[in-house]
Amino acid sequence: MIAMLRDLKERLASGASAEEMVSSLFEKIKRSQLNAYSNLSEDLALERARKFDLAPCSGLLAGVPIAIKSAISTKEIETNCSSRILGGYIPPYDAHVIERLEEEGAIIIGKTNMDEFAMGTSTETSCFGSTRNPWDLDRVPGGSSGGSAAAVAAGEAPCALGSDTGGSIRCPASFCGIVGLKPTYGLVSRYGLVSYANSLEQIGPLALNVDDAALVLDVIAGQDLRDSTSVKSEGGYMAGLEGGVEGIVCGVPKEYFGEGVDPLVEKSVWEAISKLEELGASWKMVSLPHTKYALAAYYIIAMSEASSNLARFDGLRYGLRLGADQDWHTTFSEIRAAGFGPEVKRRILLGTYALSAGYYGRYYLKALKARTLIKEDFERALSAGGADLLVTPTMPFPAFKIGERVEDPLSLYMADVFTVPINLAGVPAISLPCGFAGGLPVGLQIIGRHFDEASILRAAKAYEDATPYHEAVPKEVV
Amino acid sequence: MAEKDVIIGLEVHVQLNKLNSKLFCGCSTKYHDAPPNTHTCPVCLGLPGTLPVLNRRAVEYAIRVALALNCDIQGETLFYRKNYYYPDLPKAFQITQYDFPLGLGGAILIKGEDGEEKKIRITRVHMEEDPGRLVHAGTIDRAKYSMVDYNRCGMSLLEVVTEPDLRSPKEARSFLDKLRNILEYLDVFDGDLEGAMRVDSNISLVGGERAEVKNISSHKGVEKALAYEITRQRSARRRGVAQVQETRHYDELRGITVSIRTKEEAHDYRYFPEPDLVPMRIADWVPRVEAELPELPDAKRERFVSDYAIADDHAKSLTSEIRVANFYEDVAKRAPPRLAAVWIADVLKGELNYRDVTIDRFRADDMVKILDMIEKGTITEKGAVEVIRTILDHPGDPSEVDPAGVVEAKGLARAEDDAVKVAVRAAVEESGQAVADYRAGNDKAVNFIVGVVMKKTRGRADPGEANRLVKEELDRTGRA
Repeated sequence: MIAMLRDLKERLASGASAEEMVSSLFEKIKRSQLNAYSNLSEDLALERARKFDLAPCSGLLAGVPIAIKSAISTKEIETNCSSRILGGYIPPYDAHVIERLEEEGAIIIGKTNMDEFAMGTSTETSCFGSTRNPWDLDRVPGGSSGGSAAAVAAGEAPCALGSDTGGSIRCPASFCGIVGLKPTYGLVSRYGLVSYANSLEQIGPLALNVDDAALVLDVIAGQDLRDSTSVKSEGGYMAGLEGGVEGIVCGVPKEYFGEGVDPLVEKSVWEAISKLEELGASWKMVSLPHTKYALAAYYIIAMSEASSNLARFDGLRYGLRLGADQDWHTTFSEIRAAGFGPEVKRRILLGTYALSAGYYGRYYLKALKARTLIKEDFERALSAGGADLLVTPTMPFPAFKIGERVEDPLSLYMADVFTVPINLAGVPAISLPCGFAGGLPVGLQIIGRHFDEASILRAAKAYEDATPYHEAVPKEVV
Repeated sequence: MAEKDVIIGLEVHVQLNKLNSKLFCGCSTKYHDAPPNTHTCPVCLGLPGTLPVLNRRAVEYAIRVALALNCDIQGETLFYRKNYYYPDLPKAFQITQYDFPLGLGGAILIKGEDGEEKKIRITRVHMEEDPGRLVHAGTIDRAKYSMVDYNRCGMSLLEVVTEPDLRSPKEARSFLDKLRNILEYLDVFDGDLEGAMRVDSNISLVGGERAEVKNISSHKGVEKALAYEITRQRSARRRGVAQVQETRHYDELRGITVSIRTKEEAHDYRYFPEPDLVPMRIADWVPRVEAELPELPDAKRERFVSDYAIADDHAKSLTSEIRVANFYEDVAKRAPPRLAAVWIADVLKGELNYRDVTIDRFRADDMVKILDMIEKGTITEKGAVEVIRTILDHPGDPSEVDPAGVVEAKGLARAEDDAVKVAVRAAVEESGQAVADYRAGNDKAVNFIVGVVMKKTRGRADPGEANRLVKEELDRTGRA
């Protein structure tokens, strides 16, 4: 039985032992074949759980265990981004979201596996090897927050945090059949999130249902003065979940259907749209005409920012250290050669190229212009008198096999076609289960206006209440 | 030496070291006496996941400077990343400005080679963060290892870039002196702190490529390095060797510059807008900062001339350093302003300069007391100079010495009139030959007698006064 946060909190409130709960999770994780975690914080978690049992604290997540993507800094717990170059790095400070979780009583049980520095769609670029999909161990869990999604789907954590730069929360949520939310850019502080592409990414929750996602969002959202791009949050997501979709207009972007999309995925999404209609919403076709530029713009911007962000890793102050030191240039070159995997090196090289003198205008500036057009597409489609929400597939296909695409980066990049435009526009989007294709979960993506997480969550909740898909549990973990 | 073929432009890095915290984090800026790497935090160490947060006060200070340098303040300004690898730069990029700097197109007046005032145009003023500091074990080219201190990392810097309007090392120095003076007037900068101002100088001969001499921290060093470069470039030209565009390092010990890299090896910094900071709309700030701008050196100089009726040369000297100007105004309120100007500009400044100490070493109260004694005639000018020197040479705190005490201890009080008169009478009696010469019409003979008076009073008589009394005595005895 997979506990949902509300049950879990009720059990804790009525005297269940947090220590027992946490220990049984660790037992399960250790037996698991999923490779969802890169490192566990057993001692710290058990100590906190024991403290909770002795003197239960209050708080929105009092006593609740949670898994954290390895890209989010945790004081005293190794934060390696699934990269050799950060092996052994223990941050001396907590990310803002970690402070918030702990203030509300959550217990961090470990750091989850991910694509190295969040660069991937399958968790296969991790230096610890791929995480497996709980629905089919031969398949990827999606990425880059694949460890977080697999852990939650398989009951190895009641909920988790991920980060989403171009779909890294929504893709694995879709592939693993759970709920994943990418908040509006600026809603959640990035302070402590190891940067991949600063202008695109957000931290968000992965959970078994919409209630849990809303609860975690209530905890982590809000202004933090250490992140200049963060803004005030109105909060109250959990409280505002009821209300249904009566009178809501769903836009269905025509560019998100058709060629390249698995027909079974398309079928599930159309069924979901019909279900929303049944629940009182209406729908209409809309157009996001610049969608075709999104992938190119996304990869240029993300790689450019990454090439700058990752330049600091030289092994001199923290992280990987090789044998004897030589002169500075030689030493840091050798450390970087040994410390980064091939996909990270590819993106650093491409990003460096795109920012170089003479190419900046041709690539980076052009990508920024395309980004503006894409953002305007969303603003137009979601303007007053247009749609209130947009409904699309999260991924064009269900989870693919491990090794199937990793050798062909371009086809892997193409998988992000429906998730990256959302990051370019900065709008919020959720992925939630809407059916199965060949026994594998399919994700429905609901996109909203800037800072209108409330409408997305309300629609998702109404849909979830009317469908059984979120209750399905992968065989391996029953 | 007018050097018509010399072209110099400067890039001056000014640390806004009067701020309390660094540019993008809350770390204290008071690291100068602290052990290495004690004024750091995850943000200025560039640890993974940290983000910069702009110090608003630093922006205000920067606007203040840009206004004082007569720049146009840009309504919207933003930060870029300048990407390069160096061990003192823990993020491997420096947050700086590129397009849309804070200030554009300013100018200041300096004293040119010909002694006339000369306008030096300012191309731009922009903000950036200071890197850490490398300490090499030995010299930069031969060190076995280097150590890095991140205390300085993240300090607020302003880069002030001039047009190539300077024509000699002396003008370059004059520009730097004036810039420092303005910065201290603005109360954003303490030039006495180590590394407060670092200068990159671009220098070329007409028709030749330029060399950039990097990172010199003293004004004197800049002047020397530029003088060396002129000689070097001239000599190369005579030998038919063309100057190539290059970066050079000034070796202060050897007094020479050495090439570090040529243009072919120049960096591509891959500038792009810093995504973790939002553009700053500062147009609204400018009127308030402008209203609060303190009086600047040139304005103060004019005011001193009109308010205190002092000579322009004195006013200029007194305003060339904010601390001296404040000292003067403090004294001038309590003593005759013109007398104060003479004694501070001509005497005290010279004595300070000779000892290489600042005016903080001297108390305004003491100056007032000394001027009072001069005015009342209780000490001679010579005695007053002696009092100033004694106070400056006192090894402890200046407050431990009192001008009256010095006068007393050293017997510097002007001799009482009676004592002088007795000495005069005795001198006239003793100097028969000189008296006879005087009576024969040789006026200069008086000087001999005055000399005797001075000897008898051990110098405490005022020479002018003694002269008058001797003549009086001669006239009196002549009539008899």
